[in-house]
Amino acid sequence: MYRSNILVCGGTGCTSSGSEKIISKLWKEIKIRGLEQEVNVIKTGCFGLCSLGPIMIVYPEGSFYSMVQVDDIAEIVEEHLLKGRVVKRLLYKETLDGEKIKSLNETAFYSKQKRIVLKNCGLINPESIDEYIAMDGYCALGRVLGKMSPRDVIEEIKMSDLRGRGGGGFPTGVKWELTAKSEAEQKYVCCNADEGDPGAFMDRAILEGDPHSVIESMAIAGYAIGANKGFIYVRAEYPIAVKRLNIAIEQARNYGLLGQDIFSSGFNFDIDLRLGAGAFVCGEETALMSSISGKRGEPRPRPPYPAVKGLFDCPTLLNNVETYANIPQIILKGASWFNSIGTEKSKGTKVFALGGKINHTGLVEVPMGTTLREIVEEIGGGIPNGKKFKAAQTGGPSGGCISIENIDIPIDYDNLLSIGSMMGSGGLIVMDQDTCMVDIAKFFLEFTVDESCGKCVPCRIGTKRLLEILNKITSGNGTIEDIDKMEKLCYYIKSNSLCGLGQTAPNPVLSTLKCFRNEYEMHVNKKKCEAGVCKSLLRYEIIEGKCKGCTLCARNCPVSAISGFVGMPHEIDSDKCIKCGICMQKCKFDAIIKH
Amino acid sequence: MKTLEELKKIRDEARKNINVRNNNPNDIKVLIGMATCGIAAGARQVMKEFINQVDKKNIRNVTITQTDCAGSCEYEPRVEIIFPGNEKATYVNITPEKVSRIIDEHIINGNIVKEYTIGWNN
Amino acid sequence: MKKKISKIPFKNIPDKEEKLTETISKHKNTPGALMLILQEAQDIYGYLPEEVQKRIARELNIDLEEVYGVSTFYSQFSLVPKGEYNISVCMGTACYVKGASKILDKLTDKLGIGPEECTEDGKFSLTACRCIGACGLAPVMTINGEVYGRLKPSDIDVILEKYK
Repeated sequence: MYRSNILVCGGTGCTSSGSEKIISKLWKEIKIRGLEQEVNVIKTGCFGLCSLGPIMIVYPEGSFYSMVQVDDIAEIVEEHLLKGRVVKRLLYKETLDGEKIKSLNETAFYSKQKRIVLKNCGLINPESIDEYIAMDGYCALGRVLGKMSPRDVIEEIKMSDLRGRGGGGFPTGVKWELTAKSEAEQKYVCCNADEGDPGAFMDRAILEGDPHSVIESMAIAGYAIGANKGFIYVRAEYPIAVKRLNIAIEQARNYGLLGQDIFSSGFNFDIDLRLGAGAFVCGEETALMSSISGKRGEPRPRPPYPAVKGLFDCPTLLNNVETYANIPQIILKGASWFNSIGTEKSKGTKVFALGGKINHTGLVEVPMGTTLREIVEEIGGGIPNGKKFKAAQTGGPSGGCISIENIDIPIDYDNLLSIGSMMGSGGLIVMDQDTCMVDIAKFFLEFTVDESCGKCVPCRIGTKRLLEILNKITSGNGTIEDIDKMEKLCYYIKSNSLCGLGQTAPNPVLSTLKCFRNEYEMHVNKKKCEAGVCKSLLRYEIIEGKCKGCTLCARNCPVSAISGFVGMPHEIDSDKCIKCGICMQKCKFDAIIKH
Repeated sequence: MKTLEELKKIRDEARKNINVRNNNPNDIKVLIGMATCGIAAGARQVMKEFINQVDKKNIRNVTITQTDCAGSCEYEPRVEIIFPGNEKATYVNITPEKVSRIIDEHIINGNIVKEYTIGWNN
Repeated sequence: MKKKISKIPFKNIPDKEEKLTETISKHKNTPGALMLILQEAQDIYGYLPEEVQKRIARELNIDLEEVYGVSTFYSQFSLVPKGEYNISVCMGTACYVKGASKILDKLTDKLGIGPEECTEDGKFSLTACRCIGACGLAPVMTINGEVYGRLKPSDIDVILEKYK
């Protein structure tokens, strides 16, 4: 028995900020003081507050230490672990209320959250199946195999109103039912862990923090639809997730929770991993299955849907990581518990990867129906440097933006669609007044052009032409006709592309056009980018009266575009200037402005 | 894994190790004075003994942690036991040999071991 | 994106070949074997030489065209070896204006390889990359992550000497 547990975040964010070194130093200091029989150090999955990493929590007190440095460890071990005095100066500031120390759940970041999917993330050691079992892990599988028929399981999931968390929001229970109905000797259960949206890392956090929840859920799905084999298709760019999944699968096999005759029920089920190889389109279901079968990850037209003809031409159930992570909870606590959370048509919670111009970058799980304002201002701690909120982008390259007018709309599948955005997989990028919306649309288009698989013309060529028009506009050569042309092209691509990638690729353009058409017009008519982002439209100028002629700017200009004599006002040659902004940073007299 | 009972056995065993993370307000708290004076008087051994015994006797609702110097160092090692919602009992000059009785009589059966408390000898 | 194909003659090393044989026989009968084998082959060789792709095609009894179709589809697969030291020359605007192309020319001249290629001894490979954000030090290159700034073509000899 350990009297104290130290939980150190071993997610990708905290690992990059050095949590491995923290762990080895902790063990070293603990051994020096002979505490190794009393204090245990556990490497967990993501806590969610990535911007404060490396993060650790010391139990039983629940003291939350943030931005921990290796040099602080000796003090924490000596003072806190040996003598029982919390090292207040290293605590996360929000947990300090004068002399009182608040628990983490009382802080703004966590109090508004509701953790179903992430309930074990940051609380258990993801490399230990025992810890997952201690949190009632595999109880749902046990119950399903012992007491429920496949029909009962499907009914329970249908009643919960769970919808697919990968973006589309298709009712999960209906999908299971369709696949169960398909008659075939061989069926498959697949998990889409090919999280490709730039700026989204929900699935990675679940796989890194609680891999067994996905494995248990896939086994339940296998029982419900009549499949004995599962595949998890995971990005090769997530090495920590891949490692922990491999460990988890091996442990589940050793315990007989995967394999033959699980819980003496006669049900057999096993799971294999397949690694993606860096193709965004493989997040599309038919492309993903093509990739698992060892081919180019190109989508094909539907129908037939995977429920009828999927992997290796067999009926296949495909859900994403977050969807699966909800299942054991629904089985254990019941469909009526689950559908009491959320809005009328969207039940449960949604995990968002909060990023961009926001104080608390990280992972949050909120009930459906939470407003964007609550997420940005309360949980996210607002926008840095007192800047103003402009918009939030959801759904990555397939989604759109939510502007300030809609900040109080309850977020769910249908509301987001009605305002021209979409839930997507859960990336939520916050933008302030310094963000140019035309540039954002261009950023996502560059991504889709790069990732288009090339199979169908509307997507391959259409997105390329779209990007060309955007480039023309941001470089100051656009005309008002270009905007209309672009809009038409968007609708053409949407209605004619083969798969979801192409059909949604124009969304970032359409949505920014809808909310910020004036910005496009400003770029075209006045050749001006108000946010000061589009470099071709920028001009740097030296204010004569303020320039002291110190020559600092001229010496730092990488292209020698600044000239002038010592002690005399300098001048910028705008033909030479590459708008890198170094002169403005260097100037000590605020004599340089951009417009 | 053949039965649900087997799973539950693993679960109960594993819960021992993660109980401490629940921060349960209904736990009985055992606080051991662990300032420099406490450590010098042998508080570390007392703490180890508490952990050992609680583990051996399979008691789940106990949190063992440290507390600071109370200002009367001659009474160290000092142990405070707090039942949820109750006043605390303070034991003084505790040695590892005395731990077993405190656990049996006080923690398990709810009867304070009066002769170990402060003021008993006066 | 079009992929560059290695011009360096393929040198087979017996233990790598043995590892490849093992990989192929391990996965040969797994459904979807091609991706698995290509991924492991790239781990073994560091890239996917034409000869290796040919062998995989032969042993899986599929057309080379199909193997090539897959190896060029996924961005993770490389048809060019990376050297022990990978040199990235920044081709961002600031570096470009400050003469990055002269630096690249000098490296090409010195190493005898162009961008996206690797020297025959496997020591150096060369890439032209996008802006790395060190415009103040332009022109810039990195060697396995270490940054060298304010470069002149004449600096190249001295720098390369350190890695020889």
